[in-house]
Amino acid sequence: MFEQLSDRLTTTFAKLQGRPRVGESDLDEALRDVRLALLEADVNFKVVRQLIATVRERAIGERVLESVSGAQLVVKIVHDALVEMLGGEAKPLARADKGPTVIAMVGLQGSGKTTSAGKIANLLRKQGRRPLLVAADVHRPAAIDQLEALGKQLALPVKRVGAASIARDVATAVRDAPGEGSDVVIIDTAGRLHIDETMMVEVEGIIAAASPHEILLVVDAMAGQDAVDAATVFKARLPITGLLVAKVDSDARGGAALSIRATTGLPVKLLGTSERLDGLEAFHPDRLAQRILGMGDIVTLVERAQEHVDQQEAEESAKRLMEARFTFDDFLRSLQQIKKMGPIGDLMKMIPGMGQLARQLPEGDQAERELRRIEAIISSMTKAERADPSVLNGSRRKRIAAGSGTTVSEVNAMVKQFGEMQKLMKQLGPMARAGRLPRLPGMPRLH
Amino acid sequence: MGIEGGLARTRGGFLARLFGRKPDEPVTQEWLDTLEEGLLRADLSVSLVDSVMLQVRDIVRDGKAKTVPNVLDALREALVAVLTLPAAAPLTVSRPRVVLVVGVNGSGKTTTAAKLAKRLRDAGETPLLAAADTFRAAAIDQLETWAQRIGVPVVSGRPDGDPAAVVFDAINAAIARGNSVVVADTAGRLHTKGQLMEELGKIARVAARARAGAPDEVLLVLDGTQGQNAIVQAREFTKTAAVTGLVVTKLDGTAKGGAVFAIVDELRLPVRWLGVGEKADDLTPLDPRAFVDAMLPRSA
Repeated sequence: MFEQLSDRLTTTFAKLQGRPRVGESDLDEALRDVRLALLEADVNFKVVRQLIATVRERAIGERVLESVSGAQLVVKIVHDALVEMLGGEAKPLARADKGPTVIAMVGLQGSGKTTSAGKIANLLRKQGRRPLLVAADVHRPAAIDQLEALGKQLALPVKRVGAASIARDVATAVRDAPGEGSDVVIIDTAGRLHIDETMMVEVEGIIAAASPHEILLVVDAMAGQDAVDAATVFKARLPITGLLVAKVDSDARGGAALSIRATTGLPVKLLGTSERLDGLEAFHPDRLAQRILGMGDIVTLVERAQEHVDQQEAEESAKRLMEARFTFDDFLRSLQQIKKMGPIGDLMKMIPGMGQLARQLPEGDQAERELRRIEAIISSMTKAERADPSVLNGSRRKRIAAGSGTTVSEVNAMVKQFGEMQKLMKQLGPMARAGRLPRLPGMPRLH
Repeated sequence: MGIEGGLARTRGGFLARLFGRKPDEPVTQEWLDTLEEGLLRADLSVSLVDSVMLQVRDIVRDGKAKTVPNVLDALREALVAVLTLPAAAPLTVSRPRVVLVVGVNGSGKTTTAAKLAKRLRDAGETPLLAAADTFRAAAIDQLETWAQRIGVPVVSGRPDGDPAAVVFDAINAAIARGNSVVVADTAGRLHTKGQLMEELGKIARVAARARAGAPDEVLLVLDGTQGQNAIVQAREFTKTAAVTGLVVTKLDGTAKGGAVFAIVDELRLPVRWLGVGEKADDLTPLDPRAFVDAMLPRSA
């Protein structure tokens, strides 16, 4: 999300900073660009209007027009206004003091409630808790089967409710949960339109019967301007406690979902990031604000690395890398670990200052394909070849190309690149050891 | 940020401002802002709103439209014109016709496939549904339930099976049984996932192996509540799957589906159907005039 917004703002600010002084027309033009960028990101038009008014007011209050560093001031003012819009710190999921924690998922059709219910169950189970899933969507055909299939994948119990006794059955499930060994109850409700009175009354009944500690409104990251109106109605009818923004792995800019935060004050608690059951992340407003402004998100990158990279193995190969003993085998292992952390383009964007560079790389898919090709080439080498590339003569290269479905020139290019990397590491190694490089995740602490 | 107050303003308030109080309400700067707001809140693309507003300002300045109703009428005509594409040449159709239903997750593909099958059957055709969403848990059950409800036969895949094989089997079954049309539901896929998009390309290629020239129609299902991203989706799906038309769903809420204007304008894809509810009959052909009126109503 948000890369294009970040791009547009960067361009706008660069233009502004090229001016010796910020004149009134410069400010107007910059604000117009900011406004367009936000609207294109689906930020609600009322939020945009408010944000622009705030920025203009502050810009005049801080005498941007007379100041020699007017441009920087504008950037700072926009930055602060954005951070305010996104909200402050991350908010964790609620937890009951006593008895089972009850979590309910509500929202429009197709926003991603059922999948998200499965993801939350998976997350909590990993934290050592014992979730029960309650399938309370009696309307969409096979919605209950869908939750049951997810429950089966996760080896977690699923309870279905009767079409005529939804609220009662949900209450019973919550009451019986502790006795049946569950300490969290996750209720999946049917998708409903905020203007569908019958359906809104139904969900009010479910919520009243279950009195959840956490009621998550699930919002599609690709949602448009209407999302704010819908969320406002949901909040007026139900004691919603937070938002779960689903499908953020699309290229949508999520402005509508974030506008809901700004208009209703409801915190975004979780982000759904893929179709896989582990595709769920905590939302960190401060980190996102930095990413929007092209300042990277190194904290998330480090966390991902910690989660997916085998620390010992990484330290070992980093050591070999520094000592220029890095072989094709090490290279392959590193590639596989990096792949576990997510798409390359996404990772690059988290590194401060790399956002722009990431866009010059081949498109996401192409980068992945490139990685697969490198993997195939290395996999087609013998052990001896992987350990010592110097044995790679013409006929060996021909064999490797045939084995990996590539061409000899592709093999040559890869081997050459690898050689250059080794050369580079020979130069960098002593520097890193002298402490002139920052410590990277997975790298041994170098003294 | 103090926008709660803004939200409390009712739709009626907005419309009252848009229509003005008297029939010959003059156009003011403030009114133009209100109009722009109306277009933006309908999810019309920002660039389209910009160009529309430029034109409106032009006709006002040139004195071609002096009052609010004049401007609104001119605007409605312009928007209707965007949605009205020249009729496509009729397909030289071999039997069975093959329709693929594609789109991102949660846009409403399964429901749309079922509604479309019902409509075709009501029109005297003999449709066959193909449940080729083998990825989402219970998606096959969902379509089977629909099939039973509307009384249309269905060919189903196995969970995690090859969706292209399901479509292939369904086409062959339709040839054997004499069904006139196959409506295939596919898995939701984000247009950003290269491999899933490739899978869609494969489904189309394999369909052509079962019946030369298939698929005849590729309907892209767009969630009408979605914003600017719908345009990107349409662009990407068109690249892999030769989309022939759009279905805009979930228009029974308060969302206006304005993003389709930019899609029709840019990609020249016709809006074939609108989804306006959860029942089997809630699928209607697009009436451009009614669609525009829903966005810019004729009275408050």
